[in-house]
Amino acid sequence: MPPSDPGGGDAPAPHLSALYQEVILDHYRRPRNRGTLEHPDVAVAKKNPLCGDEIHLHLAFDGDRVREVRFTGQGCAISQASASMMTQALAGKTAAEIGAVARRFSEMVAGDPAAARDAALGELRALAGVAKIPVRHPCALLAWNALAEALSTRG
Amino acid sequence: MSALIDRDEFPLLARAPELVYLDSAATTQKPRAVLDALRAYYEHDNANPHRGAYALSARATERYRAARERIARFFGLADADCAIFTRGTTEALNLVAASWGRANVGAGDEIVVSGAEHHANFVPWQQLALERGARFRICELAPDGRIDLDQLRAMLGPRTKVVAFHHVSNVLGTINPVREIAELAHGVGALAVCDGAQGAPHLPVAFDQLGVDFYALSGHKMLGPMGIGVLLGRREVLERMPPYMMGGDMIEFVHDDRSTWNVLPHKLEAGTPNVGDAVGLAAAAELLDAIGMDRVRAHEQALVRTAYERLSAIEGVHVYGPAPDARSGVVSFTVGDVHPHDLATILDARQVCIRAGHHCAQPLMRRLGVAATARASFYVYNDESDIDALVAGVRTAKELFGHATV
Repeated sequence: MPPSDPGGGDAPAPHLSALYQEVILDHYRRPRNRGTLEHPDVAVAKKNPLCGDEIHLHLAFDGDRVREVRFTGQGCAISQASASMMTQALAGKTAAEIGAVARRFSEMVAGDPAAARDAALGELRALAGVAKIPVRHPCALLAWNALAEALSTRG
Repeated sequence: MSALIDRDEFPLLARAPELVYLDSAATTQKPRAVLDALRAYYEHDNANPHRGAYALSARATERYRAARERIARFFGLADADCAIFTRGTTEALNLVAASWGRANVGAGDEIVVSGAEHHANFVPWQQLALERGARFRICELAPDGRIDLDQLRAMLGPRTKVVAFHHVSNVLGTINPVREIAELAHGVGALAVCDGAQGAPHLPVAFDQLGVDFYALSGHKMLGPMGIGVLLGRREVLERMPPYMMGGDMIEFVHDDRSTWNVLPHKLEAGTPNVGDAVGLAAAAELLDAIGMDRVRAHEQALVRTAYERLSAIEGVHVYGPAPDARSGVVSFTVGDVHPHDLATILDARQVCIRAGHHCAQPLMRRLGVAATARASFYVYNDESDIDALVAGVRTAKELFGHATV
């Protein structure tokens, strides 16, 4: 049971203030790398049929490295901010490097405190608060599932 | 306004005094009377009905029969054997689409639904049309959110076989004129099928006066247990329908090369029936009858009016659907650019339970031009303090989002 706010005032629960912080809302309202690529090497779409959130991901590679990435989609602040921050984290990385970041991110969402402190995740650490809200894990992971599919499609 | 049935009568609510439950359109909480009836059935009368040649099985059979009669009476259906037990509204509607539909809808025929149907009253008909080569037509909504009767009238013709529509919208709470729509359908010789999932729990329903051929409903949305629903039907139509599922109970004779069918209601209830939940639903009907569905309706209207006014007064809140007096106990809304799922999480932290998403009505969401809404829905155990908690939670969400964008 999440902590309640018995006073009925307007102060949100601390774990929510930690989650809905400025950086998340900024990515939600001003998503980075939003759009499509004219000639993507891989294009995948992922949808959460339960809530309707969706992410379309376009990736272009230079050899093994991500050259460009764009996304479109719609959904909650968590799913869209996660997608936006993810695209920033991908640029210039190899598939293996991306896999490592993705694993670390999943660990953070699952509640691993070491992952939540790992500098390798950069801004993505702002999403650490979602660990405490299991029903929202699929939101945080939607873009990453799309990414995993994109990478496996490419082989 | 205080609750119509005290929270103490609902063990889950009594155990969690801080919980603000505003998702009764999804499922209602269960009163002690229903839980006691379930327990009493299993503790005193449980056996497989219609089979055993012993007194206990006869008692289970009698409990099942009496439950059907009680529920039929609650819904104003004189011929109780025309109340078919199903798992819920979804199965009831699928039963009609599969049994009546496959027997009566062919290539070139037309099936009409509205743009505000729940997926359970949309997809079975869409798929039937695809399977039979029939034309699937969607009647749009009037500005007040109800089915546009002028367009419906123009759409109906000699090829129309089915008009399937909702009594009450699970998203907007709009109440459709069931009798009028049934008359239009019958005017062209079409079947009138009404999805009553959101009607049966909230409005007085007198099936024999409604004019529809079928009315489908779920027990768990009207204080009953999960896993039991009812298809109310007209005998004349039910008699001509082939079985929906094959198995025990629904046969008369099984020869090596063919079989014949049992009488109603058994023909359409294959397998061991869900006696326990039928008994539980009968207890729910008993309770609602004792209160009176007119009072249930009046209570919800008072809550909806207050919720509608107080939410509408918050800057950035948009309430969907008609004015409070024209709707059932449902309020769908959005709060600026706060996504409904984020809103639900923020409310959940204050123990306020609402639904967020597309509400299993994607065609309607497309027509409303939104991907998701938040939905608060009310029932007999809600009171004004629940609306206070909802409004306070919405204000918190606005603060949390800094409210830069309305």
